[in-house]
Amino acid sequence: MIIDLPRFIASARPHWDELEQMLDRFAAEPGLRLDIDRARRFYNLYQRCAADLARVQTFSAEPEVRAHLESLVLRAYGEIHETRERSRRWRPWEWFRRTLPRTFRRHAAAFGLAVVVTVAGCAFGGVALLTDPGAKAALLPEPHLRLTPSQRVAREESATADPLAGAKTTFSAFLMTHNIRVSLLALALGMTWGIGTAVLLFANGVTLGAIVVDYVSDGQGTFLAGWLLPHGAVEIPSILIAGQAGLVLAHALIGRADARPLEMRLRRILPDLLTLIGGVAILLVWAGTVEAFLSQYHAPFLPYGIKIALGCVELALLAWFLTLAGRDDRQEAPVNGE
Amino acid sequence: MSDDERLVLRTPEGISFTLPLAGPVSRLLACAIDVGCVAALSSFAGAGLGLLGFVSADLARALMVLAYFAISVGYGMTAEWFWRGQTLGKRVLQLRVIDAEGLRLTPGQVVVRNLLRPVDLLPAFYLVGGTFAATTRRAQRLGDIAANTIVIRNVRVAQPDLDQLLAGKFNSLREAPHLAARLRHSVSPAAASVALQALVRRDEFEPEARVRLFADIAAGFRSLVEFPPETADAIGDEQYVRDVVDIVYRSGPRAGASARASARP
Repeated sequence: MIIDLPRFIASARPHWDELEQMLDRFAAEPGLRLDIDRARRFYNLYQRCAADLARVQTFSAEPEVRAHLESLVLRAYGEIHETRERSRRWRPWEWFRRTLPRTFRRHAAAFGLAVVVTVAGCAFGGVALLTDPGAKAALLPEPHLRLTPSQRVAREESATADPLAGAKTTFSAFLMTHNIRVSLLALALGMTWGIGTAVLLFANGVTLGAIVVDYVSDGQGTFLAGWLLPHGAVEIPSILIAGQAGLVLAHALIGRADARPLEMRLRRILPDLLTLIGGVAILLVWAGTVEAFLSQYHAPFLPYGIKIALGCVELALLAWFLTLAGRDDRQEAPVNGE
Repeated sequence: MSDDERLVLRTPEGISFTLPLAGPVSRLLACAIDVGCVAALSSFAGAGLGLLGFVSADLARALMVLAYFAISVGYGMTAEWFWRGQTLGKRVLQLRVIDAEGLRLTPGQVVVRNLLRPVDLLPAFYLVGGTFAATTRRAQRLGDIAANTIVIRNVRVAQPDLDQLLAGKFNSLREAPHLAARLRHSVSPAAASVALQALVRRDEFEPEARVRLFADIAAGFRSLVEFPPETADAIGDEQYVRDVVDIVYRSGPRAGASARASARP
């Protein structure tokens, strides 16, 4: 019990001020490391202020002082009781070479589910277009409705001028940012227990399936492969990985076969989400570059065989990277219950 | 403030915190400021990159697209990391993002709560995020739930500058140190706070109200401890209250010395 609060405040205030100054310094310099004497002093000040707060809490007449002390002790508490491992210095190459493929494999089941949902969408889109050609306007994006595949191929193959002259870099930047935004949405929709992510993957699949059926049924399968494969070999798996991240988030949210509290489950998968979406962003930068600078050029300027071969090589490299890279040392632990 | 607007945390030392959670309105206002910041930064970047148009218009446009994307996605992450949970909008509205357990905010939490913004934005104008922030116990939008963060009102109580408030005045009550000590023990914190606030806001009162207010407060203090007439009678009510505040809030020899020093001609 404090008998003389003003005097108590006057005597304690230098310590509060000192603690506040140290906390302000932490705020100004996030990477600041204290030597042992300063760390000890910081801890002592925290304990003293915590004790002062406990005493002030018995005194209801000074809400401002209590609020001030609570603010100070809370900030110091956050600094002192942080037990999560401080992330070691981030090494981009190590992260890309090992962490990314390992994280992908750790959540292989979620990727498999993303593939299944997308394939189901493809099948739906393809079957829908075959059984009801009148539904083409509802299944395909507007640019694909202006011309039939044969008309488009004839136009592209007879073009004498570069259709993207003076706009390739802009087109590339647009594709990158647009696809990364779609990927972020696929991840974020994991918060709808994965329903939104699944809907987005399914919708993507519907469009893809309808386009494939549209071109193949019109006899333009080779053109389609030459047009889609160079960038699609990376872009489509990237969207699937973004869907994988969304489903990983949904799995943690639902918590099936995992008795840990929600906060702990989410905390645990946070680094994996960042790794997956970071990898997706890198892959989509590549896909956007290829789509703007290569995919839009066709035979006779660029033979389809070369484009298809390039797409196959990319796909094989990506498959190798995701399934085999980073396997050289420690065992990889699977994620329980996923 | 209701309990719904506060979050109570308990430390291993047994200390309880009461965190005032930020309401949806203040968060929306902070968000509006941040949207303005993103627009302004994008405009500046656009103007700067536009100069590259002399070299290549295509390259300049591409860099503008990338710059807008980087600013719109990265603004919140960068600001919240370097300003410890605050963007410019949150600084203005005195809000702060903190870990839901009161621990230090990690880069991963900052990134995830910002990356998940698209789902909070749905279907438009943060309807999903706003609904969650208004209805969940810890006022969290979906991004906050995923990152295990909360947004609090940043309580920083600014104490009045007593040196400035009481400067340049000779405190005659200190001439009787034993009575001054008795007064310090007799004045309740509430009465001391009232007197201090009256002094801080003295210029806001109408002249008559100011005279009456300080007369009432001084009468209350005079009834607690009776100072010798030669010490107390010669000074007005406002000066009496000022002297009492000086004694209550600035105890110790340094305060007395500075009061005497400032009274020298």
